[in-house]
Amino acid sequence: MRFHFKTSYDQDIRLFPDLWKASLYGALLLLAIALPWLIDEFFLGEATNVLIWAIAGLGLMLLTGQTGQVSLGHSAFMALGCYTCVLLMEAGVPFVLAFALAGIITGLVGGLIAIPALRLHGVYLAIATLALAILADDIIVLLAPWTGGVNGKYAPAITILGYEFNRWSTPAAYYWMVLAISVLVTLAYRNILRAPLGRAFAAVRDSEISAQAMGVDVARTKTMAFGLSCAIAGLGGALMGLFAGAFNNETFNFLIAIQLVMMIVVGGLGFIHGAFLGAVVIAFLPQALSIATDAMGRGVAIPGLETGVFGALMILFILFEPMGLYGRWLKIRTFLELFPFARKDMFRRQKSYLKTERLR
Amino acid sequence: MSLLQLDDVTLKFGGVTAVNALSMQVEEGQVFALVGPNGAGKSTVFNLISRFYTPVTGTIRFDGHDLLSMPAHRVPSLGIARTFQNIELFHQATVLQNLLVGRHRHRRTTLVEQLFHSPSVRAEEREHRHAVEEIIDFLDLQPYRDQRIAGLPYGVRKVVELGRALASKPRLLLLDEPASGLSVEETQNMRWWIDDIRRQMGITVLMVEHDMGLVAKVCDRVLALDGGRKIAEGSPVQVQSDPAVIAAYLGTGAISKTADATGARV
Repeated sequence: MRFHFKTSYDQDIRLFPDLWKASLYGALLLLAIALPWLIDEFFLGEATNVLIWAIAGLGLMLLTGQTGQVSLGHSAFMALGCYTCVLLMEAGVPFVLAFALAGIITGLVGGLIAIPALRLHGVYLAIATLALAILADDIIVLLAPWTGGVNGKYAPAITILGYEFNRWSTPAAYYWMVLAISVLVTLAYRNILRAPLGRAFAAVRDSEISAQAMGVDVARTKTMAFGLSCAIAGLGGALMGLFAGAFNNETFNFLIAIQLVMMIVVGGLGFIHGAFLGAVVIAFLPQALSIATDAMGRGVAIPGLETGVFGALMILFILFEPMGLYGRWLKIRTFLELFPFARKDMFRRQKSYLKTERLR
Repeated sequence: MSLLQLDDVTLKFGGVTAVNALSMQVEEGQVFALVGPNGAGKSTVFNLISRFYTPVTGTIRFDGHDLLSMPAHRVPSLGIARTFQNIELFHQATVLQNLLVGRHRHRRTTLVEQLFHSPSVRAEEREHRHAVEEIIDFLDLQPYRDQRIAGLPYGVRKVVELGRALASKPRLLLLDEPASGLSVEETQNMRWWIDDIRRQMGITVLMVEHDMGLVAKVCDRVLALDGGRKIAEGSPVQVQSDPAVIAAYLGTGAISKTADATGARV
């Protein structure tokens, strides 16, 4: 157990509380950078996929984990980010600029959609956003002249300052590019959390009425959360489409949005770590399942196995570990730090009966 | 001119008149109490001032501004902070984060600055933290600074909520039953704090309170409500001995028998 003797407010404001934590995350980053030398190309591709999912997951995490708003429609914004990025690249805009613009445009569109959508609460918001995800499919088909419709589009080559990033010929460089983007997105996410906006998000999540009494404009804050969330999801979508190489209206169907929700719940709602841990599960579970079915004998194909296992996992997590994988890790870590003094009921959640919905 | 002025304010929920043609003035530097039996409309008056409700008729002015012309989230920016009867804190956040939300009206940085954590954001965060630490010292909240609200006892939550309101450096503080559910000792603390809030910080206090002992000790002026109507106004002693107030609390038959019954409550 470490104690922090605080001597300055900056200790609470900066990214890491102490040198030990900073060096831990530094080591993790070094390991991530060294990954191309440690694993083969297949697994490097999988690692890239994990990071792309994690970026999209961070987008939804900002909305659901921090601001407490549900969205089952983030696949629509991933699609928007992807098509915007690719169309801009085809128009001759350099990748870096096209990518950034894709995020900004998706964020603005998301913010606009949020203005009417966020008048809805809870399950109604979920239904409205789900409708959006299903609608996105049709809109892509209707806009066939630009989007290629059902035939889809091929991802153009990514070049930054004349150097080409190709998934097949330069997998390591591609991985590093995605890693850099995920680090930047994570940094921006952390910066929001330690600024007034992040606290306003938490205020809206926990009590709209007292957020308002403290001067937080609830409608505006929700719109900002939705816009920022869509912007990040758009960046994730752009990378996902480019990584896949070819995409059409089916690539970003609503199942992607549901997988995204599942991912952040399994990973741990409200934690940055949760998005990354959830992404590992989402990306590797299909592989693990196919290895398992192979082991049981060739030719055994169980239809619906993957979605079944995903659904069961989510139910089990909601029932037994609502804080997800990261919550479980926190408990294990506290147990080890306090050993042998950890008590069994230390993490029992207290129910609060003091809340009122009188003013709703 | 009064700091807070309500003129002829009426609020109806369907057929029920919650507040009936209420006029009142709170002067700068006063500690003003609203008393009355349950359902008299005290908290409703608070919710009218916070703009959660809009009156059918009447005007509410604060320091010359027409409160009815602005949405609820603009009210705190004029310098009005409040607490809630049933405690409305941010349960998943720590005490420190809760108090920092109280500083929301003093933020100056833009979204882009916050995204990149520019030096101006850092400087402002230090400033907010400094202001919050002063409140933590004032209310003796040091042991709870980094604890989450969800695990705190009721009495501490009550103090945290007062702290969050104070963190916004208001001119008018609305306290909805600051002593309800508190022990005798905690009520004593609350009494000293309210005194200090007025004397040291120069904040005007408007409170709803059932504990007449506390009201008599800290308040300059008391207004008694019953059924949404003003039934008496004056100093604590005057209001406690007012026949209409005693009738409202104890029924009309009680006047002759226990003239000072309300005064005996501690």
